[in-house]
Amino acid sequence: MKNGTRWDHNLIFELIEANSSVLDLGCGNGELLARLSGEKNVKGQAVEADPLYVAEAIRNGVAVYQKDLDYGLPEFNDKSYDYVILEKTLQQLRRPLPVLEEILRIGKTCIVSFPNFYYREVVNRLLQSGKMPVTGSLPYKWYDTPNIHLFTLADFLDWARDNAIIIVQGYAAEGANTRHLKLPDDHTAAEELLFVLQS
Amino acid sequence: MTDPINVCLEKKAPFDLPDSPTSVGWTRPQRVILAGSVNPLPLDCGVNLAPITVEFETYGNLAPAKDNAIFILHALSGDAHAAGWDSDWEKDSRPWRQNRPGWWDEAIGPGKAFDTSRYFIISVNILGSCYGTTGPWDTDPQTGNPYALNFPVVTVDDWVRLHLRVQDYFGIEKLLAVAGGSLGGQQALSWVINYPERVNAAIIFSASARLGAQGLAFNAVGRQAIFNDPYFNGGNYYGSKPPGEGLELARMLGHITYLSYESMEGKFGRRFQNGTQPCYRLNNEFSVESYLEHQGKSFVQRFDANSYLYLTRAMDYYDAASYGGGDLAAACAAIEAKLLLIAYTSDWLYPPASTRALAEAVIANNKPLSYIEIPSAYGHDAFLLETDRTAPLVSSFLEKV
Repeated sequence: MKNGTRWDHNLIFELIEANSSVLDLGCGNGELLARLSGEKNVKGQAVEADPLYVAEAIRNGVAVYQKDLDYGLPEFNDKSYDYVILEKTLQQLRRPLPVLEEILRIGKTCIVSFPNFYYREVVNRLLQSGKMPVTGSLPYKWYDTPNIHLFTLADFLDWARDNAIIIVQGYAAEGANTRHLKLPDDHTAAEELLFVLQS
Repeated sequence: MTDPINVCLEKKAPFDLPDSPTSVGWTRPQRVILAGSVNPLPLDCGVNLAPITVEFETYGNLAPAKDNAIFILHALSGDAHAAGWDSDWEKDSRPWRQNRPGWWDEAIGPGKAFDTSRYFIISVNILGSCYGTTGPWDTDPQTGNPYALNFPVVTVDDWVRLHLRVQDYFGIEKLLAVAGGSLGGQQALSWVINYPERVNAAIIFSASARLGAQGLAFNAVGRQAIFNDPYFNGGNYYGSKPPGEGLELARMLGHITYLSYESMEGKFGRRFQNGTQPCYRLNNEFSVESYLEHQGKSFVQRFDANSYLYLTRAMDYYDAASYGGGDLAAACAAIEAKLLLIAYTSDWLYPPASTRALAEAVIANNKPLSYIEIPSAYGHDAFLLETDRTAPLVSSFLEKV
């Protein structure tokens, strides 16, 4: 399942170099890889857990491998893809840290995007209503959300620092507005975030 | 694997009749000799076999560039008659074909998954079977009698080696795709590993790199049923009463492995054959019993017990890891073809975990593939019964090859 808008979709499309190899984890209907292979001659592999999405991705002409990321990715070789994409999926995983370790092992470069739980709109709604916030990028009620590990920009930066991850680029989005990450403002101003990482 | 007759009984929709726009219409088996004394077929067991007649059918038209050919590979009890209506059923004494189309008619025809308005479909009966390609009931030229158990032990790789001669017969340098379910899927796998230069893509349904110990066990018991039939006579029963009860039992047992807990509950449950009360008798009390018996008996009408022995043995032997010295990932290094692997959740003969192991071995070679696990209650038979769900996947996949 995907949250919110597709700003990261377009950004990832721009960031990925032509003729590269891409592993898209949690690919949904495979639209991004279909576009990348059609317009940028990317050699792609998608992974998706939901068989309905897998079927859609196959129909979109994408090579897609049905698998739940929480089972790990040991069959993928070290540095076997130029890019590994984890688009708004991290917060849905039961064990997000092993998956982060895996993608840094498999990809020369990783692109990770996620919703920021400290976004002021989210925090305001939580504080004002006393209920779990429902926003554009977190459009679910507490009982039907696939997002089981919500976290903030600061949480993510802590993880990156503690694990000596190289942040190559950072981007923030608020609604339709996309920009380079700006600290400290984006702790509360970013609705969603996207990082380009290397290990 | 599955009895085409049985599958037809289970079909929800009526068949496409010969004049239906989505039927390939009337078909006719063709036979050609593809191995003789100058070009015998070398088998894995060391025998050079000749002569070999091959029965095949084709649907659709081969493009002038010969780039639109797809091989359809049948399973254990199948034949070359994959689609349409056999106009020669009477001449060939195959009455079971009179009232039903080919075994994968739902998937092959104009506008269907394997669209015969675009693709040229070739379907070949496997070596050792009893539907026109040379097998145990054919005459051994050295003795003038049927081969019976003197027929050499054949393997999946032998079948594919023979299929390649069919490919050459049509002058097709590279196939668009090979596709099959169960034992047919294993032929497809053998093809893409051993002949990467001859095929562009493979679609593999309800199959994996090897049969598990559970499957080996079922096959062993099935063969024992045939061996122990009083009419088996060491396989020399041609011209006299065949080991029908043994074959019937083997089929009943095999048939259970093609269904699932869910599908048997749904289809039979605990229903009694007659009425709603027990009759307090030992035979034929529950409807599942009489169903299996019917399956067994109709199978005996159309299948040869010796073929059953040989084909189940080929199924047992197949292990794609052997191409890599026991390492499946090493075996898959040779694959160049695009792959679509389709598993069904309730299949316990080739369970999804076994298909996934094949997918992992392909991924370990940095090769792209598609693998899907379709939720289905139909067990191993799902590949024949869930064509509505797989057709859009197959046609999209083929379009991108």
